[in-house]
Amino acid sequence: MSVSSIKPLVSVKTRLPRSRRVSSRTRSIRRAGLLFASPTIAVVSVVFLLPLVLLVWMAFNDWPLIGASSPNWGANFAAISDPFFLDALVFTLKYTVITTVILSVVALGLALLVQQSRPGTALYRTAYFIPAAVGLASSGLFFYSLYTSPESGLNRVVGALGFDSVNWLSTPDAALWSTITLVVWRFAGFYMLILLTGLQSIPDEVYEASRVDGAGWWRTLISVTLPLLRPSIALMLILSVTGSVLAFEQFYVLTSGGPDNSTVTVVNALYRKAFIQFDLGTAAALSLVVLAFLLVLNMVQFALLRRDNTA
Amino acid sequence: MTKTSAPALLGRHVLSAALAVLFLLPLLWTAWGSISGTGASPDGGIGMNNYARVVDYGAGLWVYAGNTLAVALMTVVGVLIVSSLGGYAFARLPFPGRNVLFIVTLAILMVPYATILIPLYVLLGWLGLQNSLVGLALVMIMLQLPFSLFMMRNSFEALPRELDEAAQMDGCGVVGAFFRVLLRGTVPGLVTVGLYAFLSSWNEFIAPLIFLTDGNSFTLPVAMVSLRTGSLGQVDFGALQAGVIVSAIPCLILFLFLQRYYVRGFTSGALKG
Repeated sequence: MSVSSIKPLVSVKTRLPRSRRVSSRTRSIRRAGLLFASPTIAVVSVVFLLPLVLLVWMAFNDWPLIGASSPNWGANFAAISDPFFLDALVFTLKYTVITTVILSVVALGLALLVQQSRPGTALYRTAYFIPAAVGLASSGLFFYSLYTSPESGLNRVVGALGFDSVNWLSTPDAALWSTITLVVWRFAGFYMLILLTGLQSIPDEVYEASRVDGAGWWRTLISVTLPLLRPSIALMLILSVTGSVLAFEQFYVLTSGGPDNSTVTVVNALYRKAFIQFDLGTAAALSLVVLAFLLVLNMVQFALLRRDNTA
Repeated sequence: MTKTSAPALLGRHVLSAALAVLFLLPLLWTAWGSISGTGASPDGGIGMNNYARVVDYGAGLWVYAGNTLAVALMTVVGVLIVSSLGGYAFARLPFPGRNVLFIVTLAILMVPYATILIPLYVLLGWLGLQNSLVGLALVMIMLQLPFSLFMMRNSFEALPRELDEAAQMDGCGVVGAFFRVLLRGTVPGLVTVGLYAFLSSWNEFIAPLIFLTDGNSFTLPVAMVSLRTGSLGQVDFGALQAGVIVSAIPCLILFLFLQRYYVRGFTSGALKG
């Protein structure tokens, strides 16, 4: 997942002069505007809009990795019912729900723990979000060696404590939970930071009032803090859901989709379709389906986020 | 805020510190693993043999590091140029189609890029940029654009309008005002944008995995994952740990020094609503 993520669609309120006689100054500003925006226009059209159009076109073509492509109209979309893809879809949704719930709870716990500035909290915060600086693929490799290295892995400790070695990645459940552990480690601090931003915008008076009303810690959390934190929580959920639906690196590095293809995610399935089976057309068709799904999901979540903002 | 009693405060510190250790552990453990054990030194003590082996892995660790750095620098420079010019246009220079362009740029976030990597792969092939670090940097610039443009637009909007006017009064045109006066006022925004661009392109995995086909042009994450795949079923864990530590260190150092600019990315409104 790229670190930057979701921003609101802010409308830019600028009126161009309506009069026919546009002053030469306005004209020169417009020219300068176009000039300054031209790199943005170039990048957006060549690397974003053009591939988007191409994606739709590819979806309706038989498109091998090498060789000529030919239109086959809707045939690629039949792959939606491929059990491999469906299994991947089900697994991805399961992973998304579990990860999002655990990440949210951990991130909230961390944020509440280091919310107030006391001596030491800055250090704690840094320790919690430093994994965000490490790439997801590298994080996967850190954990891969922890889970599997015979000489310097976790099993050294497990053995020293007198237990049998644990196979961290060799059953579907173990592989899933080991990967979730990695993801929580990598992202909890990042989401904590989002929640901290929200927590800091809650004025102290609100807590004062709650205390005067005799509310305890738990009561304050449930009926004051969490409701006021809704925009930040919504943002965290959007990022976590989108990131998890598109999960790839963590499984590619840690489990390679195994054991027995039990941890193949949707993006992993797309990758295999395109670059292992060399069927770009079908991969494009499936991409289009995922794209439509996420677009709807994002729009729903955006709508919720906007409502939260104005509420 | 509620008052906290001394024992509760102590408990909080113990818990926070224990969690901090837990979060640092994978990094520290791996760092320790990379310099100790039989792979690190023949007698099983401390040594640098793992690092010596990973330096010679494949095309060579420094080749991979060079590729990664090249992509990261191209991305940073590209993002800074595109987003500072574009951000200024969005903040101060009304031009026809401005709103549409802004919304289309933000739409990059709505379209998860994993789904457009396949046409991008084909497109880069047509442009002769397959297996090219330049092509990869181009894609990374696009990915960073929504965040960066938003950030830079806000930075320029935060500058007082009088600054533009004064600069233009002094005889600078729009272009002169931008380069001689305004750009200086947005340095914190530029650092934040550059930092995010560097971290995300240095760490990017799926795009280079797809776009780079020749082992000599691999970036560090792709090269290290191929090292993890092992040869003949044997994974050289010591070399792997050494390699991941080397890949992570530049980002960790940048991150620690520029932490407040990283946090700015959250508080500036570019991330939140």
